[in-house]
Amino acid sequence: MSSSISNSAITAVHQVDEHRDDGASKLGMWLFLFTELILFGGLFLVYSIYRLMNPEAFAAGSSHLDVSIGAINTIVLITSSATVAISITAIQLKRKKLAINLLLVTILAAAIFMVNKYFEWGHKFELGLFPGGDAFNVLEGGEKLFYVLYYFMTGLHGLHVIIGAALIGWVAWEVKVGKQTHDNFAFLENAGLYWHLVDLIWIFLFPLMYLIA
Amino acid sequence: MSKEPHTNHIVSFSNQLKVWIALLLLTWLTVTIAYIDFGNLTLSIALLIAVVKSTIVLAYFMHLKFDSKILTVFLILVIVIFAVFIGLTFFDYALR
Repeated sequence: MSSSISNSAITAVHQVDEHRDDGASKLGMWLFLFTELILFGGLFLVYSIYRLMNPEAFAAGSSHLDVSIGAINTIVLITSSATVAISITAIQLKRKKLAINLLLVTILAAAIFMVNKYFEWGHKFELGLFPGGDAFNVLEGGEKLFYVLYYFMTGLHGLHVIIGAALIGWVAWEVKVGKQTHDNFAFLENAGLYWHLVDLIWIFLFPLMYLIA
Repeated sequence: MSKEPHTNHIVSFSNQLKVWIALLLLTWLTVTIAYIDFGNLTLSIALLIAVVKSTIVLAYFMHLKFDSKILTVFLILVIVIFAVFIGLTFFDYALR
């Protein structure tokens, strides 16, 4: 009797051979996201002080940004955040194909966002409105500050979009080959968290850059 | 035990879609309100909507509402630290 119990206990111990702690991995991801929040937070702080010092110049700079491109990109990012979130629901319900397709839609949305950004920046570069450009050099100090912050903050955000899309692509591949499953999807969740952070930052960038004119 | 996923909570498809629609409506509201002149309040209103939107993203899309509460506590701590940064910087700026 007692020997059979100890035998089954030993067997049980031997079956647990995989080290895994999803809660800790998620906490680790959040700790990283906190450093990202402080990084962008510092930039938002710089933006607020300079805006307070140059309100008219910031409004003038902002009036040259295309609100419709900014609004379309906001809708694109929010939609892509939703598709990542829904793909987690899908994988939990064992709907693998749906999960993969939703992740691919997310990557498509990231591409649309970056193409819009390309046309937006491209147009400004044609006008010479970039640090060192002819139209930029004749601007007054405050408006120069606005454009420098505009390029740096949306540029750093764009870099995050590219990294996030690459991560989502990696996750989609892991779902496809069965490394992410309905009861083991920590990487999908963490990549999703990163993608939502990209959305979160844009939620503040959009009104502060485009809508203060 | 250690192989269990950390969360068994599933946000339903319909709830995810509701969150998505709410975020789209708030985006529409932000853009619409930007063209109405509220004077000094314009920026505050835009930021207030942004805070509401990000709270929805954090709670539902980022799953904080259903995860261990320690994550929310940490997030609030980070926001408090950031608020201290802002407070000290503006204090410095105001007293120059």
